[in-house]
Amino acid sequence: MLDQIYTQIIIENSRNSKHRGEIEQPTKVERGHNPNCGDDLTLMVKIVDDKISDARFIGSGCAISTASMSMMIDLVIGKTRKEAEQMAQTFLAMIQGEALTDDDRALLQDTVIFESLKDMPARAKCGTLGWHCLKVVVEHA
Amino acid sequence: MKTAAVRKQFTSLNQTLYYLDNAATTLKPQAVIERLAKYYAEQNGSPHRGAHRLSILSTQLYDQAKVTVANFVAAGSDDKVVFTRGTTEALNLVAAALPDNFLQKGDNIVITITSHHSNILPWQRLAKRTGAELHYLYCDQSGQIAEAELAKINDCTKVVSLPYVVNGIGAIHPVKEVVKRASAVGALSIVDAAQAVGHIAVNFNDIGCDFLAFSGHKIYGPQGIGVLVAKNGALEKLNPFNLGGDMIEYVTEQSATFAEIPTRFEAGTQNVAGAVGLAAAIDWLAELGFDNVYQHNQLITDQLYAMLVARHDIEVYGPPAGQPRGSLVTFNVKDVHPHDVATILDSCNVAIRAGHHCCQPLMAYLKTQATCRASVGVYNTAEDIAALSFALDKVQEVFA
Repeated sequence: MLDQIYTQIIIENSRNSKHRGEIEQPTKVERGHNPNCGDDLTLMVKIVDDKISDARFIGSGCAISTASMSMMIDLVIGKTRKEAEQMAQTFLAMIQGEALTDDDRALLQDTVIFESLKDMPARAKCGTLGWHCLKVVVEHA
Repeated sequence: MKTAAVRKQFTSLNQTLYYLDNAATTLKPQAVIERLAKYYAEQNGSPHRGAHRLSILSTQLYDQAKVTVANFVAAGSDDKVVFTRGTTEALNLVAAALPDNFLQKGDNIVITITSHHSNILPWQRLAKRTGAELHYLYCDQSGQIAEAELAKINDCTKVVSLPYVVNGIGAIHPVKEVVKRASAVGALSIVDAAQAVGHIAVNFNDIGCDFLAFSGHKIYGPQGIGVLVAKNGALEKLNPFNLGGDMIEYVTEQSATFAEIPTRFEAGTQNVAGAVGLAAAIDWLAELGFDNVYQHNQLITDQLYAMLVARHDIEVYGPPAGQPRGSLVTFNVKDVHPHDVATILDSCNVAIRAGHHCCQPLMAYLKTQATCRASVGVYNTAEDIAALSFALDKVQEVFA
């Protein structure tokens, strides 16, 4: 279980995320907070012509929440709001234990690495924090 | 005290488990589990009503449990015991049941920054309800309240409430001195003893407070039973809390009068099994010898502290070596989030708590968001501390 989640790719993305920091004049800012463990991350998104042209995050959180946020941003930059929303729905369904189709895996790419969180109820909220922020952003932008 | 024999009474320890989350809840000994089973199998009745034997028996057991609890914290024969669901409900009871005119605009309520949320939120609501102000006594990095802070308890102070042992960082507050100061200005005093009972000798009469609260499940008793001990006359200052069955005298269509104190504060069918289970837990501790238990917890906590403080990858919070400390040590692994630490420790069968420990204002004041907390109970040994140390090495491996 541990080996599946604390992989090099997750630790690397959490420690040295290239998406950490603020963006100037974001279209939408959404703060996500897990009150019981202290994850507190804020997603900033710039949307131009219905497409996510840039996204970054600030705040502090555990390795799982920050790596998941970072890898999510990797995935959604350049996507339309609708595409990003579809990805968020698929990711959240994966954590809730729904089986992934080949299409789903193609859609989520590297972020399927978090699939094992479905068996770690204490940590599921960490992995979904960024995605919940994204969902709010694309639904209300 | 023979720890090996003690451990045999905990079925939870039959698995490989290094349980260091005792400040959250303790494991339960067979004696308590069997007592609960016996109550439900043979003695279960509705207390305080009905003339049949099981109702009478459950009433007797409930009242006996109050005597056991009162003796445990050295309350006097005139002092009162109210059973609640836990420390949280006991503190809520006092804050919610204080009448509106107990505090006026310009008055203040004084609590410590070291408080658990259950000793903050009820007072926030009381302040809003009455127009009074909520003031904080601040602590130093070790969790101690400087004497100068006590000057905040002044003639406008009507309520003073503080923890005995701080659940967030393990500091022990000089509750007797604070209560003395509160009494000098005529303020009501409340002590949250949730992390103190079962670890240090708690003497209600000696502290001199109006109210003292603690939970059953942190001293090897069942979850869902707690205690509010009240000095003789203190409950008279409160309005009734929950309304309903058992707490009344006469009820008409439009009005009601209430039962005697303390029954007035125990509406509805009470948790007799919880009370009986808590009494069984106290009796079980008494058999081990309270002083033996306190010494054991202190010894293992010292080992825990020494192990953590010696590691260069760990930052330890709270009282320094040589200063009094409750049976818990709060720490962080440098550059690793506490939740990641706790998950990796769990994979090594080590159970600790990670998070803000329900004291966000304290964590913010100490400029940390979350920490790890290891806490000691009667069954812990040097082996648990060694297992924690080994598991912390594993954290370093994973994050290397």
